[in-house]
Amino acid sequence: MIYHEAIVVGAGLAGLRAAVETATELDTAIITQVPPVRSHSGAAQGGVNAPLGNNPDGKDDSVEKHSYDTIKGSDFLADQDAVELMISEAAPCIYELEHWGCPFSRTPEGKIAQRPFGGAGFPRTCYAADKTGLYMLHTLWERSVKLGIKTYEERFVTDLVVENGEAVGVIALNIVTGDFEPYMADVIIFCTGGPGQVYGRSTNALISTGSGAYIAYRRGVPLKDMEFIQFHPTTLFGTNILITEGARGEGGYLINNKGERFMSKYAPTAMELGPRDIVSRAIQTEINEGRGFEGGYVHLDLRHLGREKILERLPGIRELAINFAGVDPIEQPIPIQPGQHYSMGGISTDKTGATSIKGFYAAGECACVSVHGANRLGGNSLLETVVFGKIAGKHAKAYMKTKTDRRKGESAILRALEEQEQVREELLARNGNENHAAIRDEMRQTMIEKVGIFRNGPQMKEALDKILELKERYKSIRVMNKGRKYNLDYLRAYELWGMLELAHVITLGAIKREESRGSHYRLDFPKRDDEKFLKHTMATWTPEGPKIWYTDVNVYKYKPVERKY
Amino acid sequence: MAITTTPVKLKIQRFDPDTDSEPYWREYEIQAKPGMTVLEALFEVLNKLDGTLSFRFCCRGAICGACAMMINGKIRLACETQVSVMMKKKHPIMISPLPHKKVIKDLVVDMGPFFEQIKSVKPYLVAKEPYPEKEIYQSEKDRAKLTEPIDCILCGSCSSACTIAWWDPNYLGPAALTKVYRFVVDSRDTIRDERLDMVDNEDGVWRCHTIFNCVDVCPKKINQTYAIQYLKRQIVKKKLGFDR
Repeated sequence: MIYHEAIVVGAGLAGLRAAVETATELDTAIITQVPPVRSHSGAAQGGVNAPLGNNPDGKDDSVEKHSYDTIKGSDFLADQDAVELMISEAAPCIYELEHWGCPFSRTPEGKIAQRPFGGAGFPRTCYAADKTGLYMLHTLWERSVKLGIKTYEERFVTDLVVENGEAVGVIALNIVTGDFEPYMADVIIFCTGGPGQVYGRSTNALISTGSGAYIAYRRGVPLKDMEFIQFHPTTLFGTNILITEGARGEGGYLINNKGERFMSKYAPTAMELGPRDIVSRAIQTEINEGRGFEGGYVHLDLRHLGREKILERLPGIRELAINFAGVDPIEQPIPIQPGQHYSMGGISTDKTGATSIKGFYAAGECACVSVHGANRLGGNSLLETVVFGKIAGKHAKAYMKTKTDRRKGESAILRALEEQEQVREELLARNGNENHAAIRDEMRQTMIEKVGIFRNGPQMKEALDKILELKERYKSIRVMNKGRKYNLDYLRAYELWGMLELAHVITLGAIKREESRGSHYRLDFPKRDDEKFLKHTMATWTPEGPKIWYTDVNVYKYKPVERKY
Repeated sequence: MAITTTPVKLKIQRFDPDTDSEPYWREYEIQAKPGMTVLEALFEVLNKLDGTLSFRFCCRGAICGACAMMINGKIRLACETQVSVMMKKKHPIMISPLPHKKVIKDLVVDMGPFFEQIKSVKPYLVAKEPYPEKEIYQSEKDRAKLTEPIDCILCGSCSSACTIAWWDPNYLGPAALTKVYRFVVDSRDTIRDERLDMVDNEDGVWRCHTIFNCVDVCPKKINQTYAIQYLKRQIVKKKLGFDR
């Protein structure tokens, strides 16, 4: 049986950073569904926040100010101690990436360049043109190559093996051969990404299905704050490919069909650079009230920035707009609409990345520490990946020092392997009339329509009924491809069940949260209710569906106030 | 408002080396919506017509490099190729795997040797240690030298299109050499000479015959041939002693 001291699942920014950290002391391997450079982190564009003060307008920035912006942006649901930890580690983590080769754009003095971003008091978003995620991802992959970290690619992890409350291994489906493979490890770190594909109109990669979060949930780790789904204000109309907030950070305008810069009505001071939840609701309101363009979009106008600035700062955006919408932003405004973008919630962890299972850690979008609360600020997700990837790795190393009994759980792992084989046999043997791709489409449509930017009780109840119906219909699916090798039909049918389970958790949490906070906006409860809901939603798996309970938020420093921008 | 769809024929090369003696073509007809990409068309086939089809995908936004394949005789990323642009009267859209790569199944090829080549050229910055407390300074002018090569998404299109790479499996190929170039022109790197020596051999830069196939197919419009010629020039200058 393959054994490593540390196994990291997922090879995006958080996974690579965690592996680079553990590899200094532990025999480390990465198991990943796609080669590391294909990970969804590479789609991040605008940048990564750190209070470096490199921009003349940002010289008074500080850890404290960045922390407060993050906490305020979170609508006070983020744990304040966790936010402060993240921000205090921001600068060293960014400098480290730079030393490892990350090609950040530069100021005239040769420092890392920083641009303004939404919800931030200072220009603190370090950027590398408009492909910051891509360059960070390649840099960390290059670092992992330097360290010679073993990587198992095209493996889809289907189970976490737990014995006596301790993580002992994982089971992975080798996508190429179709074999299930057992892996034993003393410490396991999940960095498996978000569940974006549960929603229609998502900016996320097609592999962002939340599979890791589902596995953790199924094995008894609670999911935290899953109803908080971020809708990015500017996704390309039609394909919902991300158009970075940096486009507005560089000075882009949002314009409705009357030619108005409508943000003046919603965030008179911050304008286009309000936090994402507020800007998304503003755009959707314009569309709903008939001030959008046919089909449901508004314009992101960059023309006044001029050709040179667009070519230098936003070349990737221009390329995307030309190739996917047939629009050159130098000459025409870009058609955009809000789309699902990020999950603030995830596998519940503490500040060290640890979960309720010993030896099992999580970091990145799949995890919820919580540093984003009810709404994440742009540029803080890349920051979270590298900071908490590193922290989880560090604590995993410390855990190993205290662990006396290593390399165990062989029989439990083999049993889990057997179980996965049976799951497949059972799924392939189903011979109903349901098409799993159709069920997936209906789920995604339901979530974006009924558990979307604007929510209300009755609609969400409909969504819940629909999810229960889809779960029932799932029992009668038919997988056409009964083979082993590179069987996409099976893989997509299999992962759909986890997506339905997550949709269930998101919807139930949203129904029970009878208030509006950050990205969770309810027309029937339009006010924030700190008395009842200044709390993290926790969801625990039970055979009857998610059990919802609540835990306290750490608000030790800043008293919640109303957000104004 | 009903969305109008257009019937489109796709001819996809199928091959499972474990069970088929040779590749064969299979034709599918799908209903194409306006704006549909070739990747979405492949999903239409998978979801509705033939669950046995295998292909790679991930970001569907031309940034991850997973879905490079041959479409109508040219290597392209399926996710950024519009079905409407590929459609020609009566002729089906022809889709086959990246050429000169071992087929694993259908459109999925073995990218292992490609990544091994990249890994073999020390594809990481070697900056002066100990590192400074803050960032290593780099002028905007020096940073501009990186703009083109760092856009590489390692999709493998270039090495797959390179006819030299077809007959010399040891040739490092355009992607790995562009990676070398990316670090040679980085003002922060300290092992320039070692990098130049590494590619100064018959499997390195000298194998490039400036055919420009790589440049022709690169979805990120990187000029790999220029990068390789630049490396050649630096090697010659270094040997003649006037490189600095």
